[in-house]
Amino acid sequence: MEHILLRHRDIPDINTINVYKKSGGFAAFKNAVTKMKPGEVTEVVKNSGLRGRGGAGFPTGMKWAFIDNKNWPHYVVANADESEPGTFKDREIMEGNPFQFLEGVAIASYAVGANVAYIYLRGEFWQVAAFLDEKISEMEKAGFLGEKLFGTDYSLKIYTHLGAGAYICGEETALLESIEGKRGQPRVRPPFPPSYGLYGKPTIVNNVETLTNVPLILANGADWYKSMGTADSAGVKIFSLSGRVRKPGNYELPFGTTFRDLIYKYGGGVQDSRSVKAIMPAGASSSLILVDDDKVLDTPMDYASVRTIGGDLGSASVIVIDDTVSIDWVINKTIHFFRHESCGKCTTCREGTYWMSHLTERIHEGKGSTADVDLLLNVAKQMQGKCLCALGEFSTMAVVTGIERFRKDFDKAVKA
Amino acid sequence: MSLAKKYPKEVKQILSKYPPEHKRSAVMPLLYLAQREEGYISKAAMQDVAGIVDITETDVAAIVGFYTLYHDKKEGKYRMQVCTDLPCALRGAEQFMDNLCANLGIKVGETTPDGMITLEAVTCLAACDKAPMFQTQGPDGIKYYENMTVDKTMELVEALKKSGTEVK
Repeated sequence: MEHILLRHRDIPDINTINVYKKSGGFAAFKNAVTKMKPGEVTEVVKNSGLRGRGGAGFPTGMKWAFIDNKNWPHYVVANADESEPGTFKDREIMEGNPFQFLEGVAIASYAVGANVAYIYLRGEFWQVAAFLDEKISEMEKAGFLGEKLFGTDYSLKIYTHLGAGAYICGEETALLESIEGKRGQPRVRPPFPPSYGLYGKPTIVNNVETLTNVPLILANGADWYKSMGTADSAGVKIFSLSGRVRKPGNYELPFGTTFRDLIYKYGGGVQDSRSVKAIMPAGASSSLILVDDDKVLDTPMDYASVRTIGGDLGSASVIVIDDTVSIDWVINKTIHFFRHESCGKCTTCREGTYWMSHLTERIHEGKGSTADVDLLLNVAKQMQGKCLCALGEFSTMAVVTGIERFRKDFDKAVKA
Repeated sequence: MSLAKKYPKEVKQILSKYPPEHKRSAVMPLLYLAQREEGYISKAAMQDVAGIVDITETDVAAIVGFYTLYHDKKEGKYRMQVCTDLPCALRGAEQFMDNLCANLGIKVGETTPDGMITLEAVTCLAACDKAPMFQTQGPDGIKYYENMTVDKTMELVEALKKSGTEVK
């Protein structure tokens, strides 16, 4: 099947403006601006069933429709902070197929009435930002960005903004704080960005992959998009496959592809022909899914189905853990990550990740006791439902499911 | 010399990205500019940036302290930042780091005696399929090095030492 997002794998040089134009590029944006009302654009996206690809899976068209039309100006912000351990899809999109992403930003901006859009990239994507700046200026020269586009009254500017190394800035309100020149700490929600966003103005924040879907949805129609994937999860998804597999990488596949196909058919199977012990389908923020029978591997990867095996699809960053790995090591890794990235604003997360890291370290070093394992589980459960944002909440997922589903590994670690 | 005098074009271009009444937004790009030459942000530079965007020096210091890519101390000319997070660790990043330390003769967090390389362990850099990997942060910005071996890395280190600048 031809790619819809990773089109650079089928069409050489699609990251140059002429090839992109020849491949039908910018026709959807031009058509939207010259022939459609903003609300009609939102309606097509709504009908397509497109859901946010950053992890939460919120219906994109519905989010756009939430924009507050009594308060102006409006902003669109593309979330290119990609920092979840196991996620590496947005960078490939921006480097390989940048114009389709930028056209998605432009269409979203028109749909919600924004004349300025920002792309927030993690600071490490310094080279990607410089590359996008070039592409943006090519679009300006070609008349696809700037004042009075296509002879209408609609104007649009797109700017890149670099973060500086903070996972928390992937959380949309922390991201907005960061653009405002502050520390990236999440806001109390509600109000949500569509009513109170950047500079207190209505703002739509969408993930890079989400926006990259939009031009082809507009070009080919909502029904075309819905014909792929499952009833619950329409369309295609880029699955970032990492860990103990032979061929890690990005695989663009319809929702509903099974874990088995991703790992064995596309990923070449497990390294050293070992067996899969656990899967983290949403990066470090995942529950640890226990793979103890064929049913788990045959589960279709869509939002609803992954829930039935005790996980969440999230950003579809599938980390494969084989039977040589002990789970106490895994959660020691994830907790050190969250402890480092906790922004410190809410006590639950700041203190919780700190104390959990001491316990996971002690257990992993073989200095822990059974009581430490119970205490760790207790701390994680105490945190749940009490954190200001999802970071704190997610930090507990691997701990709770790790201990509950792989208790033997912990018993071994404290005895060793 | 102040940033506005040294880089007038860049400062103007940065400020033009944001609404004039929200020029505080320019603080992060200005801090990158301030860090460009020395590899860290001095107190005087923080004062300077604070003056441009009209916030207090404390506000600027809080931002420098919060984000890991800003530094307030002079260290190696190049920071070699190796990802040792879970997905990379599953593909040998910890072993890679240990071998690198042995070859460089320094521990994580230390700088080579000639002041060229500071070795750091960092969290996910979104290149999990290309581990072991690291980025260098130096005068010419941030660059990714992926699917690395210790031999390839030591070649890079030698090239950096010889030329004082990064090889493409």
